[in-house]
Amino acid sequence: MVRLSQYSESERQHLLDLPCPTFATTPFVSGPPLAEARVALLSTAGLHRLTDRPFAVGESGYRLIPKGVKANELIMSHISTNFDRTGFQQDVNMVFPLDRLNELADEGVIASVADYHYSFMGATDPGGMADEARGLAEILKKDQVNAVLLVPV
Amino acid sequence: MGGLAHYLEAAGIATTQISLIREHTAIIRPPRALWVSFPLGRPLGIPNNPGFQRDVLRQCLQLLECPAGPVLQDYPHDAEEVAGEPAPLACPVNFAPPADLSTDLGSLLHRFRAEVATMETWYGLAGERKNRPAAPISGLSPARLAEICIDFLEGKEVAVAGDGQTLADLLRTAAEDLRSCYFAAILAQPGQSTDPGKLADWFWGETCAARVINEVRQRCLDHPGKGMRLAGKLLLIPRNQMHRFV
Repeated sequence: MVRLSQYSESERQHLLDLPCPTFATTPFVSGPPLAEARVALLSTAGLHRLTDRPFAVGESGYRLIPKGVKANELIMSHISTNFDRTGFQQDVNMVFPLDRLNELADEGVIASVADYHYSFMGATDPGGMADEARGLAEILKKDQVNAVLLVPV
Repeated sequence: MGGLAHYLEAAGIATTQISLIREHTAIIRPPRALWVSFPLGRPLGIPNNPGFQRDVLRQCLQLLECPAGPVLQDYPHDAEEVAGEPAPLACPVNFAPPADLSTDLGSLLHRFRAEVATMETWYGLAGERKNRPAAPISGLSPARLAEICIDFLEGKEVAVAGDGQTLADLLRTAAEDLRSCYFAAILAQPGQSTDPGKLADWFWGETCAARVINEVRQRCLDHPGKGMRLAGKLLLIPRNQMHRFV
C-alpha cells in the first residue's frame, strides 16, 4: 500500500512540494456509455517501440504505439529513477494494459480498442505537452476514439 | 497526467485516468480519476494478475458514465491484500574482495566484474523467456555496460554515439540498463520476491553494481559539464535510496 502518509518524511515532503498545474475550471465532455466506448490508451511512462528514439531529458513529445504491438517490442526510457520498473519488466500490462483493454472489448464491456495508442514521458513540464495534446486530440477523433484512458507511472 | 486530461477534454475527448498520488490529483482536478494505493511504477497493481488488472480498469472506465465532474474516486483494494507477502530476496553472488588489490575502487571494480559475469547467465535465461533484450534502451550486453562505467571511473576515454548522444546520456542509460539487467536476472531465479520495495532494497543495498553507480554519480557531481552534474544530482540513484550513499 502506498499513501503519502507512509512515505519517509523527506520523500513525502518532496512529493508534496512538486509543482502541480492548476486550472480555473475543469472541462467536462459527456462520456459515452461504456458499451459504446472506443478507447485509446495514453501512458506517461516513457514507453516506445524498440525502433523508436528513446525519450530525452525534458522532452514533451509523444511516441505512437500501434494496437498490434507485442510486449517484447515495448521498452521504457523514462528518465526518472524514482519509480519501480520491475512491475513493467514482469508484465507490460502493469503500465500499458492493452491486453486487458482488448479483453474488456471481447467481453463487450467497451465497444472497441483504438488502432493507435500513445506515450509521453511524465518527467516534463505539463504545460509543454499542451500543444502536443491538442494535436493528438484531432488524431484521436479521426481514429473514432471517444474515450481516452490515461495511465501514469 | 492530469494536465493531459484537461487538454484532451478541452479539445472534446472524454477522459478517465488512474491516479497514483491522490494529493496531486486533488489539486489538478482532472475530469475523472480513480486513485489507487499502488506503488509508483505499478498503476495496475499486481503483475501477471489479469483479473485484478481488469477490475482496476473496469472501475476506472466506469467513471466515463459519471454525469458531471471532476470526479476523484478511490479504488477499494490494496495490491498486497491480494498478492500476499513475498519471500525475502538474496543475491546469489557473493565474492570476497581479493587481497592483492590495494585501492577500494580497484577492489570494488574487480568484484563488480565478477558479479556481472555471474549474473549474466540469469540475464540470458530472462531474455529467452521474455524474448526481449535484457538491456533494451542501449541494446548493449551487461558486460559492455559494466565496462562503460569502469572505463569512466578509471579515467579512460568513453566513446559516445555520433547521433547527438552526450557522455551524460550514455552513463545514465548504462546505469539504467544495468539496473534492468540485474532485476531481470533476479526475477528469473526461482522463488524470488516480486515486491518492488524488496527488489529495490536488494539492488541498492547489496550489489556491487549499485556502489559502482554511486561512484559514477560522485564523479558526475564533480564534473564541469552541466548535463553531467544534472545526471549526478537526479538521474542515477533514486531519492529514496540516497541515504545509503551519503
